[in-house]
Amino acid sequence: METIRKLIRKQSLEKLYNNLSTTRKVYAPVIASDKQVEYKYNPAFTDVTFDHIRSTLSVKNVVFPKVENLFYYTNKQTESTITDIDLNKIQEVVLWGAHPCDNAAFDTLRSIFCWDITDEFFAKRLEKLVVIGLSCHLSDEYCFCTSVGLAPNSTKGSDILLSRLKNGDYHADILTEKGNAIVSASPELFESVTNEEAEITSVKQKFNHEQVTAKLSGAFENPFWVANSLRCIGCGACTYVCPTCACFDIQDEARGKEGKRYRSWDSCGFGLFTLHTSGHNPRNVQSQRWRQRIMHKFSYMPERNNSLGCVGCGRCSSGCPVDMNIAEQLEALQNI
Amino acid sequence: MTSLIARAKELLENKTVQVVIGYEAGPTGLARPAFITDPAKAESLIYDDRCVQNLAVYLTKREVKNIGKMAIVATLPVMRSIMMLISEQQLFADNIVVLGISDDGKLLDIADNKVMQGYIEKSDLSNPAKYKGLLAELNKLSPEEKFLYWQKELSKCIKCYACRQACPMCYCTRCTVEVNQPQWIPVKANTHGNMEWHILRAMHLAGRCISCGECGRACPVGIPCHLLTMQLTDQVYNYFKVYAGTSEKMSSVLSTYEPNDKESFII
Repeated sequence: METIRKLIRKQSLEKLYNNLSTTRKVYAPVIASDKQVEYKYNPAFTDVTFDHIRSTLSVKNVVFPKVENLFYYTNKQTESTITDIDLNKIQEVVLWGAHPCDNAAFDTLRSIFCWDITDEFFAKRLEKLVVIGLSCHLSDEYCFCTSVGLAPNSTKGSDILLSRLKNGDYHADILTEKGNAIVSASPELFESVTNEEAEITSVKQKFNHEQVTAKLSGAFENPFWVANSLRCIGCGACTYVCPTCACFDIQDEARGKEGKRYRSWDSCGFGLFTLHTSGHNPRNVQSQRWRQRIMHKFSYMPERNNSLGCVGCGRCSSGCPVDMNIAEQLEALQNI
Repeated sequence: MTSLIARAKELLENKTVQVVIGYEAGPTGLARPAFITDPAKAESLIYDDRCVQNLAVYLTKREVKNIGKMAIVATLPVMRSIMMLISEQQLFADNIVVLGISDDGKLLDIADNKVMQGYIEKSDLSNPAKYKGLLAELNKLSPEEKFLYWQKELSKCIKCYACRQACPMCYCTRCTVEVNQPQWIPVKANTHGNMEWHILRAMHLAGRCISCGECGRACPVGIPCHLLTMQLTDQVYNYFKVYAGTSEKMSSVLSTYEPNDKESFII
């Protein structure tokens, strides 16, 4: 649908939030007691933050939970009975106040989970998701959305995108039918736009992603990888805080004859990640794992999924215990 | 830091070592581990309050070892980690050069391991002052309150294992959590599985933890998991009067039997 811009006053925004959170699950950012920004279901409006740069974890949990049951089973001698998860029980979730980088990541995840065979779990959660995004009026040195084709006010992935105006009111860009349905349910809260300008932060472009992708195709054996990953300690922090990393592990958990199969986040940074049963590991040292992470996002995904695997949120760098700064490395890679 | 740079340069130039593990400043102003192989690049070495990582974690990393003989910028926790690694036969003393750094940031002359041992023995080996208050606060809680506190903290864990990877004493090439036949610890990051993991980690470090606090600092979600191992450091000291990382021949308190061990806990 064609984008419609409306004005929503600060006090109307609170009404909208309260209307939504009394009738459905709303996933919104709050500042926790340890000062970390985390998303919670249905926090009080007064606790919801509008001034965060990035939450510690991304919001991918809402469509790709860190642990998700796939089915239950019962074994009787040689027969097994499988009980599927009822996907229709997945409830609608309104994601509130997530920034454009996080919202753009839903498209990236879709390009992975629905690449050939549709992942029903992911697809159902995405179908039930309504995104009320929030443009960024703050940023820091880790942000690089403008280097990956996005901006602090990109609309990609949002159903409604809010942008704060200088007087504290908000522009609401209504972008999809899902967004329109929310507006139509409370039309009295939305007014015609005024001339007031939105406060949008500026994020410096650090590299050209097309140039990086072009360089990567010939960089597999480059000494760059070893030299720049010696300090990587091989934890999974970067992949777990990442909004687009989609790898998962599958495990069975049984008690007697009954059990369940679940999936949980996995990381290409781990030594066990590609270990074969034979004992051979095609990525047996950390530099090869670090190369995989960058290659996957900036070479393999553009090539195969027609989508860049990074939204420039900067979490992998801000969350890294040894300052592996991905934007710095990509900047260097475009010139090798 | 001119003396550190000069020493690093000299070691690389006369080929005593092939790599100097130290710190450099990254583009955001944070200090980060650096691996200097070219004497001309020794100038980028820094040492100041920003240099917090325990560099000893790299002494057992294959790709770093592959470079050749190593020199390492070592504050007290790094020196103690080196002692532990030697005593657990993960490192040969002859294979490294220690560029010791005193509490006030000066380069120490650590000619050999005896000198290092002497320096360690003269130092305060109890938990760092900044954590003592937190530990005392936690110890005031009842067992139920403590359990609730840790349940809440550990529910945040995403099982990224940054705590394990940042720890020089967690050098196993295959951790118990990576064994799935049988599955000792659940793979998934739920509160129950997270508690099992963190209790197991703390117990594996009891009597081995050198109180650097790196596990807690590395945690991307801010779990103060270093308080678990530091609490055990205190308990091990209370029972056995031993601090980890004080000599090349440490016997692990929880896996060594001595006829005169206290047995007061046996009912």
